[in-house]
Amino acid sequence: MADVVVDRVTKRFGEVDANKDVELTIPTGEFVVLLGPTGAGKSTLLRLIAGLEKPDTGRISFDSVDVTLAPPAQRNVSVVFQQYSLYPHLSVFDNLAFPLRSPAHRVPEGEIKKRVEEVARLVRIDHKLANSATRLSGGEMQRVAIGRALVRRPAIYLMDEPLSSLDAKLRAELRVEIKNIQANLGATVLYVTHDQVEALTMASRIGIFEQGRLVQVGTPQEIYEQPANLYVAARLGMPAINLLPHDLLPADRIPGNTVTVGARTEHIDLIPASDGPAEVELVEYLGSEIYLHLRLGLYKIVTLVPPGRRWRTGERARVTLRSPLCFNAAGKLLAA
Amino acid sequence: MAEIDLQKVQKHFGDFTAVRESSFTIRDGEFFVLLGPSGCGKTTTLRMIAGLELPTQGRILLDGEDVTYKRASQRDIGFVFQLFALYPHMKVRENIAFPLKCQSVGRTEIKHRVEEVARLLHIEHLLDRSVSGLSGGDSQRVALGRALVRRAKACMMDEPLGALDAEFRHLMCVELHALHQRIRGTTVYVTHDQTEALSMADRIAVMNHGVVVQIGSPQDIYDRPAAMHVAGFIGNPPMNFLPFRASIAAGQDSVELNGDPLRVPTLLEGSPEAELTLGVRPEHVSLVADGELRGQIFGLEYMGTMQVATIDTKHGRLKARIPTRQRVAVGENVGLRFDSERLVVFDAASGAALRSRLFEEQAHG
Repeated sequence: MADVVVDRVTKRFGEVDANKDVELTIPTGEFVVLLGPTGAGKSTLLRLIAGLEKPDTGRISFDSVDVTLAPPAQRNVSVVFQQYSLYPHLSVFDNLAFPLRSPAHRVPEGEIKKRVEEVARLVRIDHKLANSATRLSGGEMQRVAIGRALVRRPAIYLMDEPLSSLDAKLRAELRVEIKNIQANLGATVLYVTHDQVEALTMASRIGIFEQGRLVQVGTPQEIYEQPANLYVAARLGMPAINLLPHDLLPADRIPGNTVTVGARTEHIDLIPASDGPAEVELVEYLGSEIYLHLRLGLYKIVTLVPPGRRWRTGERARVTLRSPLCFNAAGKLLAA
Repeated sequence: MAEIDLQKVQKHFGDFTAVRESSFTIRDGEFFVLLGPSGCGKTTTLRMIAGLELPTQGRILLDGEDVTYKRASQRDIGFVFQLFALYPHMKVRENIAFPLKCQSVGRTEIKHRVEEVARLLHIEHLLDRSVSGLSGGDSQRVALGRALVRRAKACMMDEPLGALDAEFRHLMCVELHALHQRIRGTTVYVTHDQTEALSMADRIAVMNHGVVVQIGSPQDIYDRPAAMHVAGFIGNPPMNFLPFRASIAAGQDSVELNGDPLRVPTLLEGSPEAELTLGVRPEHVSLVADGELRGQIFGLEYMGTMQVATIDTKHGRLKARIPTRQRVAVGENVGLRFDSERLVVFDAASGAALRSRLFEEQAHG
């Protein structure tokens, strides 16, 4: 395990700045998730750290050793991609053992057996070790792919959307599993995703990418509660944050230079009132919670309400804000 | 618009039973969702209603008329599939107008109806564009427009949002729901996505292995699951199941969960000693200093407004939805309290819920 340091790295593809002046330190044992839409630059950074791409400028080091120009094999990294590329002619056991049998990491067979069985238990595939890799479900194949990465003890595990091709239920299960395996091993992980739930639930820190720039790095709570700007604020939150003009709703405190107010469910007080300015446009029932869609003149507000009280379409309410997020004309968060 | 009545409908493909004998009525103007995992028979059911498959047995009535052996084209039913299937060489306007042209509707009438549907779907500004450059969402709106423009007796939708990414899917759900509330056309909608079903349906039919397991409003299905399959398929995260062994006498209002006494809604039917399962929704588990049960936190998932705790107990692993402001840590020993009014007891072998006071609430509205 090692501290991975990315120092002012820039990578251009033709006219596009895929990564621009990116700085990031990943200390040993951290689980860093890069979040952003397609094309924001998160996979490029992962590939630069893996050694699959070379930066145009800047340095990458593992434990203070400069690896900027080192080929992937010399970096001691394990990579998991969205497409589980298993060896179809090999059994699950042999797929898991493969990295240990490569000439670069000669490991005795007894040790291999022990490590493979241990990892198979971790990813819950130990009952299928003798199966051919092609006779597995999608979820099982991805668990083998993750297990194959875990069987080694690299400086850093690099995971590029490893759960994207799985169904929702399995994704939810593997989220908890991967996070737990990482914590138990004390492993260092860089994980790329466009799914905010994965970022919120798994990361010790999240890095938000916007058009090649890393715009904010922080714990899930920091990013959610103190987003640096409007772009970051809009990346996280279910339902999405309501971005409204500063004078639309009464609020307890709004700094003078506020232009846009960001209101999440936890900032919104809702009181049913027949003369209230907001009208319920849609009640979206989701079982454990309800998304209430309100119309306020030109604006729409979506907020969570507990299933206890029944709201009806057409009902009116008064809305006030409690310590909402405030942004200036440049879209930057203003201090509370 | 019309009521659709399925009477003892079955479908076999060779030895394989796709749909076991099912009878139910889809009400006039209803948004009816067939929900279940892949292979449960939901698409086959939809295709039989549409006339794309013939049932092996049984009858299908559309607006009181027996259409069991009528061809799809004779049934007056509109269709939307997951794959947009637009005509790439035609403009948006021509794509939407296509079904009307086939019915030889007059030109002014076509223009009027296409524009009306386009307004409804907020795609008026795209009418004279080619469909080839459209985004996924706009393509799906055009496909919807083409189904709606016919004003058919009913509209069939087979995973129409399946190809869209999660955030956009949610947006389209909201739109579809609002649209249906305005036009109130009988709609049969197939999906494996519980969120789509809960947020849009007037009623949901949950299917598994070719059987309709439960039909009810989203709230009925969620709060009063008739079977473990339903309870475990729906919910985010789904219902927790804790196995125990006991005998139950009717009128009992507590159970012994492997030695821990626990209050439950008064049970209205008994059971001889058997393997049972206690069902508890994650939002009905709270973490307290002293609870009737104890457990250790295995994982915490921060979700912003709330967090999901995964907890190992001596009865098994379970999940709790708790407020973010409640500070707990992985490895911590915690007490658990269940909302006793909301618990369900299932027979583990059959999966069926034991009737209790919880299920009576439904009858009294």
